[in-house]
Amino acid sequence: MDSILEELQSIFRNILDQPDLILTRQSNGSNVDDWDSLAHINLVTSIEKHYKIKFALGELQDLKDVGDMIDLIRVKLAAK
Amino acid sequence: MMNIEQIAIDDLVLKRKSLRRQLSAAEGLQPVRIAILGGSTTNELADLLELFLLASGFQPVFHQSEYGRYYEDAVLDPSDLIEFAPTIVYVHTSCLNVQTVPPVHCSDHEFQEHVDAEVGRYRQIWESIERNLSAQIVQNNFELPPFAVLGNLDAVSNGGASRFFLALNAEFARAAAGNPRLLLQDVHGISARIGLNRWFDWDRYFGYKILMTTEGNCALARSLASMVRAIYGKSRKVLVLDLDNTLWGGVIGDDGVDKIQIGRETPVAEAYTAFQEYCLSLYKRGILLAVCSKNNEEIAKQGFEHPDSVLKLEHISCFKANWEPKHENILAIARELNLGADSFVFVDDNPAERAIVEAQIPGIAVPNVGNEVTRYATIIEEGRYFEPVSMSAEDLSRTALYKSNTERTNLEAKFANYGEYLDSLEMSAEIGRFKSLYLERIAQLTNKSNQFNLTTRRYTLAELESIMQDNRYIGLYGKLSDRFGDNGLISIVLGRRENDVLHLDLWLMSCRVLKRDVELAMLDVLVENAKAANIGTLRGYYLPTKKNGMVADHYDKLGFQSETAGPDNNASVWSLDISTYTPRTQHIRILEPVHG
Repeated sequence: MDSILEELQSIFRNILDQPDLILTRQSNGSNVDDWDSLAHINLVTSIEKHYKIKFALGELQDLKDVGDMIDLIRVKLAAK
Repeated sequence: MMNIEQIAIDDLVLKRKSLRRQLSAAEGLQPVRIAILGGSTTNELADLLELFLLASGFQPVFHQSEYGRYYEDAVLDPSDLIEFAPTIVYVHTSCLNVQTVPPVHCSDHEFQEHVDAEVGRYRQIWESIERNLSAQIVQNNFELPPFAVLGNLDAVSNGGASRFFLALNAEFARAAAGNPRLLLQDVHGISARIGLNRWFDWDRYFGYKILMTTEGNCALARSLASMVRAIYGKSRKVLVLDLDNTLWGGVIGDDGVDKIQIGRETPVAEAYTAFQEYCLSLYKRGILLAVCSKNNEEIAKQGFEHPDSVLKLEHISCFKANWEPKHENILAIARELNLGADSFVFVDDNPAERAIVEAQIPGIAVPNVGNEVTRYATIIEEGRYFEPVSMSAEDLSRTALYKSNTERTNLEAKFANYGEYLDSLEMSAEIGRFKSLYLERIAQLTNKSNQFNLTTRRYTLAELESIMQDNRYIGLYGKLSDRFGDNGLISIVLGRRENDVLHLDLWLMSCRVLKRDVELAMLDVLVENAKAANIGTLRGYYLPTKKNGMVADHYDKLGFQSETAGPDNNASVWSLDISTYTPRTQHIRILEPVHG
């Protein structure tokens, strides 16, 4: 399993309080329970803290699923 | 037992839901309904506040206004708010919610007009809440603005935003000082301690209209939780201190009193002196100090006779220096002071002692102060343990009061006959119907009395205000003085009339006047008031809790007849026919209340 996907899965499990959640690159707001706008803010906050990165304004709007998010995190980590 | 103070902020967000689940499982949580009227998005703040309140023994339910509608929801359409029936309304606004800031070129007169207009808007909010709800209002003041476009002059010029917000804060403080329904949360101070650059979060503001960083929201939530604890009379009251390397440097038993570090001679000695000064400032505002140290008592006390010691023995309400385990000594201190150990804060440089005390004594606060004296006061401050909602004369004289209690105990031993002892105390009681002047103290007592409390019903200040207006209720307070001083307001009885029966919803007394016959004096005056209202029967209720076993036979002792058990099997119901009642008080002179 992709290490970023694995770490994101752990963050999602905590934030959404779903210990058995399986996250894939295709996961998105419509196929993951309770991934609403409030949970999304907490997810972003926790992801930023975990990787010590900061998403720029607007950067997150174009993401359509977890796969896109992983790719963006990878770009951010490479630029550090 | 989880200690929420030790959990990192990032983990509070990440693991919030499971923390919430664990904390909610505790028994006996006290419900509290909180409406948040926000000028920005308040969900994260409410989430964090929920965790801190759960950890403090509350079960909060929240209502949040739609984004930015704090004014409309309070003033124009308060129906949702009224329906929610909050016990606390928190008006959370920031410098960005201010409508007009004075222009750069602005006369003194115009400046004042801007201040008045803005404060007027807030007065409308507070007045509408007071009128429509029986809730406590918490309003925050303003942080300094994010930018000082005039530089240092921003704090000087009429057109400076910094100057403007400081003027608003001064007006808010004036309003809160004159209104017990309005409590001020000092965001100006809270944000300054964090630093404005770590307070505002512009990415989240433009993204989601969350103005503060998680760190900022966490500080706000901690401060609010301590205010809620204070509103419900759950602030802590006692600071228990270790000695060696806590109040002075070095080990007095090994080094001798001449060698301990205290005074002005060395940097280390100065740091310990500063910490003693901090403890003394807590003492002066009514916090009791106690000592719990592994030491020889005689040698330990010499430390306080050191000429440079700021703290003297007279400041210590209870002194335990011996070789017994600290948790046992702390429980002994709790018994002697007649206070729950859950109102204690324990400070010790030794992590092993901290760990055992925290593990053995439920509810005690044991901040991780580390072992560097320069950090102790800051870390204790961060816990916000001793938050008061107002400074009553009661708080300021409490320390003197506990001292005279000790004298009373000494005196007691000399009398063979208990009645003779009671007479020697020369007690007089002022007992009367509730009055506004005492409502704050009455609310405080209903929320913190657990032992001598027949029903353990809690009342907010606002609820008591409406009870006072309602002629079905007979509410009595009792104050007791004796030759050693004034004990203050120490007993409350609240009866609710139905036809010719008076149901006693509440009967409580402070444990510091146990066994003084105050209950007889209260009953005498209660009967007198009830008869005047043509009431024939008093009906008393005992609702058992873990803590109120001492009053199981209260009504029995007062001569009430037992009735069949109430709907709840554990509760007992008692009644007293008062048609033939004659006054019983022998050892207390009952005074008419002073009017006013």
